[in-house]
Amino acid sequence: MAKHVIASLREFPTGSRKLVDVRGRKIAVFNIKGEFFALANRCPHQGGGLCDGRLTGLVEASAPGEYRWSRRGEIIRCPWHGWEFDVRTGKSWCEPSKVRARQFNVSVAPGSALVEGPYVAETFPVSVEDDYVVLEV
Amino acid sequence: MTASWSTIDCDVHVNVPNMQALLPHLDEFWRDSVLDRGLNSLESISYPPNAPLTSRPDWRGKGGEPANTLDALKTHALDRWNIDVAICNCLYGVQLLFSEDMAAAFAKGVNNYVAKEWLDRDPRLRASIVVPMQNTELAVAEIERCAVDKRFVQVLVLSMGEAPLGRRQYWPVYEAAERHGLPLGIHAGSSYKHPVTSLGWPSYYIEDYAANSQGFQAQVASLVCEGVFVKYPKLKVVLLESGVTWLPAFLWRLSKFWRGVRLEVPWLDRSPAEIVRDHFRLTIQPFDGPDDPAAVAKLIDHLQSDDILLFSSDFPHWQFDGDDVMPAGIPEKLHSKIRRDNALATYSRLAEQVA
Repeated sequence: MAKHVIASLREFPTGSRKLVDVRGRKIAVFNIKGEFFALANRCPHQGGGLCDGRLTGLVEASAPGEYRWSRRGEIIRCPWHGWEFDVRTGKSWCEPSKVRARQFNVSVAPGSALVEGPYVAETFPVSVEDDYVVLEV
Repeated sequence: MTASWSTIDCDVHVNVPNMQALLPHLDEFWRDSVLDRGLNSLESISYPPNAPLTSRPDWRGKGGEPANTLDALKTHALDRWNIDVAICNCLYGVQLLFSEDMAAAFAKGVNNYVAKEWLDRDPRLRASIVVPMQNTELAVAEIERCAVDKRFVQVLVLSMGEAPLGRRQYWPVYEAAERHGLPLGIHAGSSYKHPVTSLGWPSYYIEDYAANSQGFQAQVASLVCEGVFVKYPKLKVVLLESGVTWLPAFLWRLSKFWRGVRLEVPWLDRSPAEIVRDHFRLTIQPFDGPDDPAAVAKLIDHLQSDDILLFSSDFPHWQFDGDDVMPAGIPEKLHSKIRRDNALATYSRLAEQVA
């Protein structure tokens, strides 16, 4: 398990997502209102790329005709068959205990901490003045 | 409290033989209207008298007419197979009528006829309440009228009516059914208000009869997806003369697509297959299975429920020969459940009467 700097915070605004390739592994990283989450970019159903899905909300109901709409921008629907996954946990809505997208740790770290290592920042230079998004793979 | 019943037949047919037989059971205005208007018959075309399906050949009368007497029912089914209780489903043209009032009047007439001419004459008989689904209020009124008589144990509608059964316009019927402990029985048949296939009218009777399973599939989907069982959690639905083997494949399909578009129907908190296993029951004739008993056993496995099948002879329809009411290949351990226990768990009125 190594830590990879995948982006500067500045270029990863709230509501956006990024598909990153870490040593051949494709991972979808999401910024939800300043919190970062990372899921394997492979739908556990048949392998659709979750990062290309529609980011939507959660609709619930306790009775027919009711539509309780919450958590806008926190549910990703697989672009292939529309299965819903909770970006925060990777769990599918339909079978949360059995069907889930693999989660990875992702965090934000100041450049000052990163320059000391042992981080892998292959693609761009890290500056002590900025904050960075760090993925553990 | 030991139950003495061993076999409950959940689908036998008693028919209105002709308009003459119905007259004494109609209100005066409608009785006179039948004569004034020259209404000869309201038979639907679902079971043409000479069609092989309509009656087993060895059960037909001397003139070849389909079996429809209490004696025939006793001799060929009740006594022969030691049936303790049989639920009579009367198929008549009530659902085909365009006038809501006339439909209500004839539904009432049919239910009166069944009570007087059949239920009163053999203590083993129970019946389903024929309802005029053309008008929800009138259908509820007929349920209220008949439910007083505990020999009515179910509400009867057809697999192909005017609109999908899950629609909210019909919910008062389900409210009444649930409140009275009456399952909703959906029987093969059409009101012929729409073509019997979604493609249009087929040419032949065989297509019409086979198309019923498509009708049943659409009704299962409608009742589940519209959230009827969320609203009426105690409601049970019995598919009568529906065939059985189409169900697993349809549930695989329905549940699969639910995963992708479940946000259309957020009131469903579990897969359609689970909801169907909790709320739906199917009668075993016809079964529509393969000849190989091992393949039948496999199909039973696919149903993933020991509770879902109910014994039925479908008298007098020609679904099997000899005494082979129970399709070969159904595991022995399920026989007593199918013959009795599952019906008692489904029909709360029978469960009350069994003691």
